[in-house]
Amino acid sequence: MKQNNDLILNATDLTKRFGDFTAVDSISFSVRKGECFGFLGPNGAGKTTIMRMITNHLLVTEGTLSVLGMNVSTNARKVKSRIGIVPQENNLDMDLTVIDNLIIYSRYHGIGKREANIRSTQLLDFFQLAEHAQSPLMRLSGGMKRRLLIARGLINEPKVLILDEPTTGLDPQARHLIWQKLRALQSQGTTLVLTTHYMEEAEQLCDRLVIMDHGKILVEGSPVELIKEHAGKEVLEIRLLENEGRDDCIESVIGDAGLDGAEVECSTDTLYLYTEDAMALLSRINIGSERSILHRRASLEDVFLRLTGRELKE
Amino acid sequence: MSEPTYQVRQATEPRGPIKWPDVTHRAVYVWFRDFKVWLTYYKASLIGNLGEPLLYLLAMGLGLGKMVGTVNGIPYIAFLAPGLMCSAAMYTATFECTFGAFTRMTRQQTYDAILATPVSLDEIVLGEILWGSTKSLFSGVAMLLVMSLFGLVKSFWALLALPLVILVGLLFSSLSMIVTAKSQSYDFFSYYFTLGIAPMFLFSGIFFPIENLPEWAQTMAWFLPLTHGVTVSRALFTGTVSLGHLADILWLAVFFLIAFTFAVGAVRKRLIL
Repeated sequence: MKQNNDLILNATDLTKRFGDFTAVDSISFSVRKGECFGFLGPNGAGKTTIMRMITNHLLVTEGTLSVLGMNVSTNARKVKSRIGIVPQENNLDMDLTVIDNLIIYSRYHGIGKREANIRSTQLLDFFQLAEHAQSPLMRLSGGMKRRLLIARGLINEPKVLILDEPTTGLDPQARHLIWQKLRALQSQGTTLVLTTHYMEEAEQLCDRLVIMDHGKILVEGSPVELIKEHAGKEVLEIRLLENEGRDDCIESVIGDAGLDGAEVECSTDTLYLYTEDAMALLSRINIGSERSILHRRASLEDVFLRLTGRELKE
Repeated sequence: MSEPTYQVRQATEPRGPIKWPDVTHRAVYVWFRDFKVWLTYYKASLIGNLGEPLLYLLAMGLGLGKMVGTVNGIPYIAFLAPGLMCSAAMYTATFECTFGAFTRMTRQQTYDAILATPVSLDEIVLGEILWGSTKSLFSGVAMLLVMSLFGLVKSFWALLALPLVILVGLLFSSLSMIVTAKSQSYDFFSYYFTLGIAPMFLFSGIFFPIENLPEWAQTMAWFLPLTHGVTVSRALFTGTVSLGHLADILWLAVFFLIAFTFAVGAVRKRLIL
């Protein structure tokens, strides 16, 4: 199959079990060359487990997982020389300076001394860390450490960069800078694979994504497609009154007004109406004067919450 | 303040037949990383390497030696020093591959980071062991210098003590890596030091000839790796080397290879699930 050459990452019936616990449950997906592919899901959905199987930190229980046509279980070294990894937890080398983190890491990849120096300097420039080259790691802010972690993942000039929650815990400025750098990388031809539980991040970066929960893929598609299909166009959020039950609220707001295809969902304190035309719906239902109401566009967050549920994931 | 403990996770899948260590030249990259870090604190490290044997030789060699006189016809300090060279190698390697390696494996997640590169876990373990034995070599060189100050280096045979301390270092680094792979916290190492390393230090013939012990204890001492190191080291410094000492070397080499294989297995079991 000619098409196969463009498959950067391919999983077939991929499963990972820890004893009785199934972390990844027979999932299949493929990532095409040049795209940004996202794994979106609540904590414990199995995203990190997939990432760690790609790097052979975890062994595949069943199914196959291949990178650039090479099976990760049998060809680990080759796979790892062609991919870049940005882990969720900072595992930079605290004993080394900023630039030595990159230089020593290039040694692990077997990159020669001169080439290592050139690449390290370039990467520090690209990630706006050049002035900190000789600093010990302790002096770096969280955002700088994350940028260095991404720079390190790029030291072997990988075809594909795999990022596990690249902006978790960062302030908005730091996040936007990282997004900007990732988009620049993608436009230079690097395939990006990332996990996140930030909807905004997924909408900003991903061409395609899957939403996962309990080790399974729930849906797959582009952010726009998914929003359209699972949340519609617009959302009305209507706050419940104090001591008001859900059913009472639905009864008093909607009554016997026709919903005309709108879908209703209710959390502990809010009624959500997903609809194609919020204004038309507003004119039919009965809000009353005391209720607080929000009218907004449907987002990936709606898709996510509708598919994975609103209860706390711990 | 109590140290955090790190859960030792166990692989849940049945393992296949024994997989032998998968090692290439890449282990040297890991060694180089440790060396590079050492360069940032080498002065303190070398002062420790020189200071410790100096203190021992002054206290035990000269102080205690005055009461003991001679052992097997040689001054006590000359009897003692070659053995201390081996125990220094043992301690240096053991500290590096317990406390040092454990910090890199758990708190700093250094292994985790390296594992995302073409360097295999087995090579990480070997790199750490090579580094542990390199530090043993540093301690051996320091000891050799101090001994020459005391006029205890009389022939070129003594230079062969340096490859010997490397071998001792390899062996004790490997043993330490096994302990490290099984440890949940730093506290665990105190058992190893008290029950493993201290008896080794006391009963391997450094301070008195093993022949002084009852027969059963002599047999047990034969099973202590350090005993063989001390025997060869003393022969090299006193000019009494014979072909029979090749058996001791072989003993150390075989023990090292076995310990290394177990170390690789133990670390794999802990880190790759």
